Amino acid sequence: METAQKEAGIVGRGNREGARLFREWFEELTRAAEEGRGGAYVFVMGSLGELLRVFDLPVVFPEINSLQTAVRKVAHEYLNEAEDLGYSPDICGYVKADIATQHRGGQLPMGRIPKPSIAVLTNACNTYIKWAEIWERMYHMPSYVLDVPGSRADGLLPGPGDRDFENDRRYVSAQLRELIALLEEVTGKRFDVDRLRETLGHANRMNAGWKRVLELNQSRPSLFNALSDGTIYLGVSNGFRGAAQGASYFDDLVEEMEYKQANGIGTLVDEQYRLIFVGVPCYPIFRRFTELFTEHGGTFINSTYLWFASGGSNLGFQYDTKDPVESLAEGLLLGVRDSMDSMFFQTRALAKMIDEYAADGIVFHPIKSCRTVSTGLADNRRALMALRDIPSLFVESDMMDRRVVSEAQLKNRIDAFFEGLASRRQIAAAGRA
Amino acid sequence: MAYAAGVDVGSTQTKAVIIDEAARIVGRALTETGANVMRAAENAFREALAEGDIREEEVEYVVGTGYGRYKVTFGNTQVTEISCHGRGAVHMFPNTRTVVDMGGQDTKAIRVSSRGEIVDFCMNDKCAAGTGRFLGAASAALDIPLEELGPTALRGERPVKISTTCTVFAETEVLSWLGKGKKIEDILLGVHQSIASRSVGLLWRTGIEEEVTFTGGVARNVAMIEALERELKLKVNVSEESHYMGALGAALFALDHILASREPARAMRGAS
Repeated sequence: METAQKEAGIVGRGNREGARLFREWFEELTRAAEEGRGGAYVFVMGSLGELLRVFDLPVVFPEINSLQTAVRKVAHEYLNEAEDLGYSPDICGYVKADIATQHRGGQLPMGRIPKPSIAVLTNACNTYIKWAEIWERMYHMPSYVLDVPGSRADGLLPGPGDRDFENDRRYVSAQLRELIALLEEVTGKRFDVDRLRETLGHANRMNAGWKRVLELNQSRPSLFNALSDGTIYLGVSNGFRGAAQGASYFDDLVEEMEYKQANGIGTLVDEQYRLIFVGVPCYPIFRRFTELFTEHGGTFINSTYLWFASGGSNLGFQYDTKDPVESLAEGLLLGVRDSMDSMFFQTRALAKMIDEYAADGIVFHPIKSCRTVSTGLADNRRALMALRDIPSLFVESDMMDRRVVSEAQLKNRIDAFFEGLASRRQIAAAGRA
Repeated sequence: MAYAAGVDVGSTQTKAVIIDEAARIVGRALTETGANVMRAAENAFREALAEGDIREEEVEYVVGTGYGRYKVTFGNTQVTEISCHGRGAVHMFPNTRTVVDMGGQDTKAIRVSSRGEIVDFCMNDKCAAGTGRFLGAASAALDIPLEELGPTALRGERPVKISTTCTVFAETEVLSWLGKGKKIEDILLGVHQSIASRSVGLLWRTGIEEEVTFTGGVARNVAMIEALERELKLKVNVSEESHYMGALGAALFALDHILASREPARAMRGAS
């Protein structure tokens, strides 16, 4: 009885609490909008939530807002509105949903978002820059683009102490100091280094927790579905970066996963195939898309999305609170570089993931409206196939636009993929007999 | 004698094949799918039974395939047409390692093992550009029966460059060339070459390994065979049963099931 109660309290807590934190986050954003307080518009690949909290700026993630419209089945209304305004069907769906949101006075199904006082972005996605320029013209507010140097070559990952790395860190650090001055100007508040130490401490707990949660999914059976559950955890890691609630959430999430591991509680009752997902989820049919795999006993044990869209939290980086600004620069440099590597140099890391997580298959999901994550996936797939003998599936759809999502076609391909996995397993079993 | 059946419910046509225990085709049928998918599956199955002079109860196992595979309500299980085309192609041409299946609504590139299992596959996306549907639209625009498209195209000497294989714009594209005074056979040759080029693009994504077998309804089109061979720079296998390849593959999977279900009995007999 006691065990059952404990299990009921712990298992699924990450999803329940994640939903609660999301509601609270949007309630706070709605309050800010109603009170006329401006927010900081940021992006998942290098949000700097740790720094923005020091200035009490509500953080708004337009990418998360947009994907929520797709999950809630209203994205088409927003996309159509933006297209009516002249935005092409071929550009980023997140941008278009945000344009319509701005034209609706910040109104979203989850609440209302404040107008931006500042936009903070990195060069991890080229669309970020053009997107922020739209807000600049709409609201006459400043935007700050952090130019974060990426990897020069596959596998070339210089770290602290290396001359190139130290130069890069100084470059990022100088930009952070410019940004701090700009934030002081925008908010009228003095920078408080002790508050930064505090937010970095919260981020340290969150980063360590996120890394541990990802590692725990190497368990068999796997403990969470990286596509469905993982996206909820990811949302919290972005929205609550540097916040005490975010740190506590990840402490609890580690506890939940360790409990599930200790008690052999998997995300599926009968896990047949362990899969890796590459790309951005198909949000217009988010739940159904996952079901198309779980119906065959397939579950996603890891995903590049949990890697690049966490802004580097997956690395578990620990800030040195004794030297907060320099350490923030180092963490940002490593995190954003890792996000970019997940798109441009993913092959080696995917091969490692296949080995560590004992994956049976890999699913590449290029999407129509995001060139940044989709361009090159076909080549990445080919390169990975040369490194590892693992079945792969290449299915295209979209993150926002249901007009380019065909469930029947997806199902056909996914079914065929599982037929291939099953026959491969049969042949392997016959070979052993 | 037990029989196995495969019913391939495609977007435009439904095919049924019945095979005997030696995997020989003993009955086949083809009907238009139409709006009543379930009825189309039943009709094709019954016509195949009639052609083979086989009673329904003699068919031990039925596999449904194609987009409407879940509508083969009398079937025992379903297998995707991707697996079925691969299986059928290797059955007809055992050295097949690459299959290109061109149907009414989609084109598939399939890499297969020597046993017919799928190694990799790739299909056109949600858009039906470059599939058999484009030929249907061209046939309507030019008022030429579908079966005459191929022979007419083969008479072409100076193929036009088709800029879009979008089915929606097929008519506009074809009419614009007619307006420029181009011959129908040259337009059609251009159409075939354009579709072949797009299909070979899909094949490159999975990798092309010889032998290549061409399946699906469009494989009956002589100009498409020639256009594909020209684009691939190699000969492709085409069976007289190419249109039935999905249904044949499904029937072969059904036969596997029948034979596997007998294995324990055989083992018992062997022991005694």
